[in-house]
Amino acid sequence: MPTVGVKRDLLFKALGRTYTDEEFDELCFEFGLELDEITSEKEIISREQGDSKASGASDIILYKIDVPANRYDLLCLEGLVRGLQVFKNKLEAPRYRRVSPVNGEPQKLIITKETAAVRPFAVAAVLRNITFTQERYDSFIELQEKLHQNICRKRSLVAIGTHDLDTISGPFTYTAKAPGDICFRPLNQTKEYTATQLMSLYKTDSHLRHYLHIIEDKPVYPVIYDSNGIVLSMPPIINGDHSKITLKTKNVFIECTATDVTKAKIVLDMMVTMFSEYCSQPFTPFKVLLVFQELAYRTERLSSEFINCKVGINESTEKIAQLLTRMCLRSRATGVGDEIEVEIPPTRSDVIHACDIMEDAAVAYGFNNITRTTPRTYTVAHQFPLNKLTELLRQDLAAAGFTEALNFALCSQEDIADKLGKKISETKAAHISNPKTAEFQVARTTLLPGLLKTIAANRKMPLPLKLFEISDVVLQDETKDVGARNSRRFCAVYYNKSPGFEVIHGLLDRTMQLLDVKSARGEGYHIQAADDPTFFPGRCAEIFVQGKSVGRLGVLHPDVINRFELTMPCSALEMDVEPFL
Amino acid sequence: MADTGVVEALLRRVEKVDDGVDSLEVATSLELDHQVIVGAVKSLQAVGDVISAELRSSKHWELTDEGREIAEHGSHEARVFGSIPVEGLPQSELMKLSFGKIGFSKAMSNKWIRLDKAHEGGPRIFRTVESIEDQVREKLLLLQKGNASQLEEKEKNELKKRKLLSEVTVKTYWIMKGNSFSTTVTKQETELTAEMITNGSWKEKKFKPYNFEAMGVAPDCGHLHPLMKVRTQFRQIFLEMGFTEMPTNNFIESSFWNFDSLFQPQQHPARDQHDTFFLSDPALAHDFPQDYLERVKKVHSEGGFGSQGYKYDWKIEEAKKNILRTHTTAVSARMLYKLAQQKFTPVKYFSIDRVFRNETLDATHLAEFHQIEGVVADYGLTLGDLMGVLHQFFTKLGITKLRFKPAYNPYTEPSMEVFSYHEGLKKWVEVGNSGIFRPEMLLPMGLPEDVSVIAWGLSLERPTMIKYGINNIRELVGHKVNLQMVYDKCGWTDFTFRM
Repeated sequence: MPTVGVKRDLLFKALGRTYTDEEFDELCFEFGLELDEITSEKEIISREQGDSKASGASDIILYKIDVPANRYDLLCLEGLVRGLQVFKNKLEAPRYRRVSPVNGEPQKLIITKETAAVRPFAVAAVLRNITFTQERYDSFIELQEKLHQNICRKRSLVAIGTHDLDTISGPFTYTAKAPGDICFRPLNQTKEYTATQLMSLYKTDSHLRHYLHIIEDKPVYPVIYDSNGIVLSMPPIINGDHSKITLKTKNVFIECTATDVTKAKIVLDMMVTMFSEYCSQPFTPFKVLLVFQELAYRTERLSSEFINCKVGINESTEKIAQLLTRMCLRSRATGVGDEIEVEIPPTRSDVIHACDIMEDAAVAYGFNNITRTTPRTYTVAHQFPLNKLTELLRQDLAAAGFTEALNFALCSQEDIADKLGKKISETKAAHISNPKTAEFQVARTTLLPGLLKTIAANRKMPLPLKLFEISDVVLQDETKDVGARNSRRFCAVYYNKSPGFEVIHGLLDRTMQLLDVKSARGEGYHIQAADDPTFFPGRCAEIFVQGKSVGRLGVLHPDVINRFELTMPCSALEMDVEPFL
Repeated sequence: MADTGVVEALLRRVEKVDDGVDSLEVATSLELDHQVIVGAVKSLQAVGDVISAELRSSKHWELTDEGREIAEHGSHEARVFGSIPVEGLPQSELMKLSFGKIGFSKAMSNKWIRLDKAHEGGPRIFRTVESIEDQVREKLLLLQKGNASQLEEKEKNELKKRKLLSEVTVKTYWIMKGNSFSTTVTKQETELTAEMITNGSWKEKKFKPYNFEAMGVAPDCGHLHPLMKVRTQFRQIFLEMGFTEMPTNNFIESSFWNFDSLFQPQQHPARDQHDTFFLSDPALAHDFPQDYLERVKKVHSEGGFGSQGYKYDWKIEEAKKNILRTHTTAVSARMLYKLAQQKFTPVKYFSIDRVFRNETLDATHLAEFHQIEGVVADYGLTLGDLMGVLHQFFTKLGITKLRFKPAYNPYTEPSMEVFSYHEGLKKWVEVGNSGIFRPEMLLPMGLPEDVSVIAWGLSLERPTMIKYGINNIRELVGHKVNLQMVYDKCGWTDFTFRM
C-alpha cells in the first residue's frame, strides 16, 4: 500500500479548514485511507540518522497517509484534496478537457519501429501555461516518483520524463539505437556520455542502479530526440540535462514510454489531470499526437436496484446518483426506469466493472451506516476427514504424554538429506528457486528434522523429552497438476539417557489401538527389521499395515544425533496418516 | 514428632500454672537444651489447639569466651601485674605468656608497671604500685551473675568494644493451655494406608494436617501446542456456524490458481520474486481446465463479463509457474470452480492452514503463517450480509465492537478491512480483511450471475499472540520455541480475547 506524505498545514489550507488529528483520521477511515503517521522531516531524519543530523531540518508537521494500491489519483496532495473535497460536497468533480494550442500545430511524437525490440510504446502530453511554486514543483516530482514505484513497477512497465517545452522543438522522435550511438549530457552532469558509459557510471548510483537491468542486456536502448537532435531522455534511465524543468518552466512536455500501453495511458492521464489545475485554464492540458485517444471519459449505465441489492440498502435512484457523484463519478438518473448514467473520468482507472461503481456508492453511503444482516444460507457443515482424524489423534497423543511441536514446512536441503544420512536426490523434495536464506531451500519431506531441532533448542529442559507433530510434508508427484502433493505425517521422538525404543514402540501400539488396527501380520499391523541410514544398524524397523509399508521407527544413528547437536540417545517414529482414512 | 517424654513433661509443667510458663525457664528446670523444648512446642502446635504458644524475644548481655576467661582468671592486665615479681621480669619472658602482649599495654596505660629499657640483660619490667583493683573482672562477674542493671550503659559498651561482652536476642515461647489441653498426646499419622482401611485402625488415629498453602506435584502429561489449540477453537467456531472445511493440503500451487483465477494481474507486485516463493523443481504446472483457462485469459487481457479487463498481454507461461501458495484463497478458487461445474447450491466454506511469503522476517512476520478463511456463496448476498456474518463470527471470539474501512484487494470489490476496538490500547485495531469476490473471478468459473460470494480472512498467529501475550512470533512458532511455554500457555475455559 503506497504512502503519501503531505504537509499538514498545506493540506488544511487546500481543504479550506483545519481538523484535529482525530477528526482527520476519522475522515480518512470513512474514505478508505489511513492516517498512518503524524511526523515531521526532523523526526524522520532523527529516527533514521540520529539527532545530530536532524538539527536544522524542518519541523513542519507531515501527515503520512496510506492510499489504496489502485488509487493512483490519490498519490499527491492535489489529488487527495480533490477527492476529499468532492467527497465532502465542497467541490464539484472537475472536468478535464484537452485543448489545442492557440497558435500552431499540436506537437507530435513519432515512434519508430526500432523501439519494438526494447520498449515499444510511448504517449505524451503538454501542460500549457503552468505556474510552478516550490511546493507545486516538489509535488510534481514526488508524484512521478510515486507512480514509478507503484503502477510503473519500478519503471519496468512505464517510465515518465518531463521537459521544459520551450527549450526544445518538435516534432519529437522516439526511437532505439545501439548504446554506443547514443550520446548526450544527462541530467545534472557537466559533460556528455555515451549510453554505454552512462550504464557503468550509474552502476554505483544508489537510486538509478535499480533501473539499469531493464534495458542493460538489450541490443538497442530507447531514446527520444527533438527535431534538432537534442536528447530529451533515455528511458527508463535518465533525462537529458538540456530540457530539464525548473520553477520558471511554463510549458511542460510529458512523455511516458512503456512496455504496457494501458498503464502508460493511465500514468500520463494521472500526470496531466493532477497538475492541470495549475494551468492558466485549469484542468485543460493539451495533448500531443498520439496513437491513442487520451483523457477519455467512459459512460456506464446501471440500475439503482443493482446497487441497492449488492450493498444491502434501499435508496432512491437520485440519491444513489448523488452518492456516486461524491466519489468523482458524475452520475444522473436517466429517467428510464431506475437507470443511472455514470461518467468514469480518466483519473479513475480503477473503475473497470459495475462492481467498482457499486463499491463507491457503498463508500459514499458509509460502510458503517449499512444495516448488518444475517444471510439465510442453509448449510450442513462437514469436516475435512483428514483434518478430523488429525484432531482426534493429536488429543490422544497428548494424553499419551507426548507434547506437540509446531515446525516450519520449509527448511534447508541439509536438514532433510545430509543430516539424516540421505542423499537429496532420494528425497523427492520440492525445491524453491528464490530462497533468501538456506532455511527456505526446500519444502520438508519429513517431520523428523523439525522435532530434533526443537529438542536441540530445549536441551535445558528436564529429561525425558517426548515430542510429536502431525502435519504435512511435501513430495514430488507427477500425477498431480502441480507435480507435487502434501502428505500428512505423524512423527514422534523420545530423548533420554537411554534410547527408549520400547517407549516409541509402545506409542506405535497405542496409536494403532486408537486407529482400530490389530497387531497381526496380514490383516493388522506389524513391524520388521529394516535398513535405514538415519537409524542405528539393527535398531530400525519398518511399519506395515495390511502388508503395506507406512513408516519407520527405531533408535537414531549416533551421527544423526550429533549432526543435530544432540548428546543423548533418541528413538523416533514417523509414519503416514492418510492410509488410515 | 519430638520425644514423647519431653512433650509430656512440658505439658505437665503447663498444667500446673494458669498464666503460662516461659520455654527457657522450662528448659533450665528440666536441664534440657532450649531447642529441645522449642521442638516440643512446635510439634504440639501442629497437633491442634493443645497449647497456645506466644513467641517472645528478649535481649540480654552475655560474656564472650574471652569475657568468661577473664571472669575466671582476671583481666589480662591484672594477670600481667600478678606475674611480675618484686625484682621484675625480663620483657621477653612476659611476652611468652598468652596474655602478655595485650595485658602489657593495658597495664602500662594504667601505670601499674614500668619498663626499664636500659637494664643490663635486656629490657625489664617492674611493678610501680603495691596492689591493684581488677575492675574489668569485677564488672564481668557482676554481669555473669545477672546483675547487668548495676552497670552503666557506657561501661557495658566499653566491654562490648573489647569483645568481652555481647548482646544476644533470645526467642522464647510463653506457653499456656490451649482449648483442647491435655497432658497426653497421641502420635499423628501422616497418610492413610491400605492397612488402616483393612483393619479399621484409621478410626482411632489422628492425622497430621496437610499444608494447603504448598503447590501440588505437576502431572506427568503431554501438551498440545498453543497455536494448534487456538486453531481447534477457530475450527469449532466455523463448524458451529455451519461451515464446511476445505481440503487445503496442497502447499504447492500454480500461479494460475493462486493469482490468475483470482483476477490478480500478472504484473502485480505480489507475484514478484521478492514476495513469493517460486519453485525450481517441479517448476511448472500442467493440466488446466482448458476452456476455463481461456476465459481467465480473456477477462485479464480483453475484459468481458461486464469488465474492461486489465488489457495486457496475458501469458500462459506466467500462469504455469509453480509457487508456494501465498493464501488459502487459491483453494477457495478451486472449490468455487468445482462448485460452478455442478448445479449451484449455496455453500459455506472455511479453512485454516499454512501460507507462504518470501518476505523480510521480523518480530511479527515469518516466511510462513496460518491463514483463517471463511467463504459464503449464495444468491443475492449483500455487503450488509458480509458485515452480519463477520459480526457473528467475531462475537464468538468475544469481539463485539466492529467497524469497517474501505480497502483495496485485487479479487474483492467492495473490500473491507475489519477493525475492532481494543479496550486496553483504547484504539481501533485491524483484525481481518474481507470482501465480495469480483465478477471477473466468479463469472469465468461459470457461477450464476446472481450468485454473490462473500469472504474474509485473518491470520491465526496474531490473535493467538494477543491471547497469550507473546510479542515475538518466534516464541510461538518453529523449533526455537521454549517447550516450557508450550507446557504453560494452556489456560482457558472460554475463547474470549480481551480486545
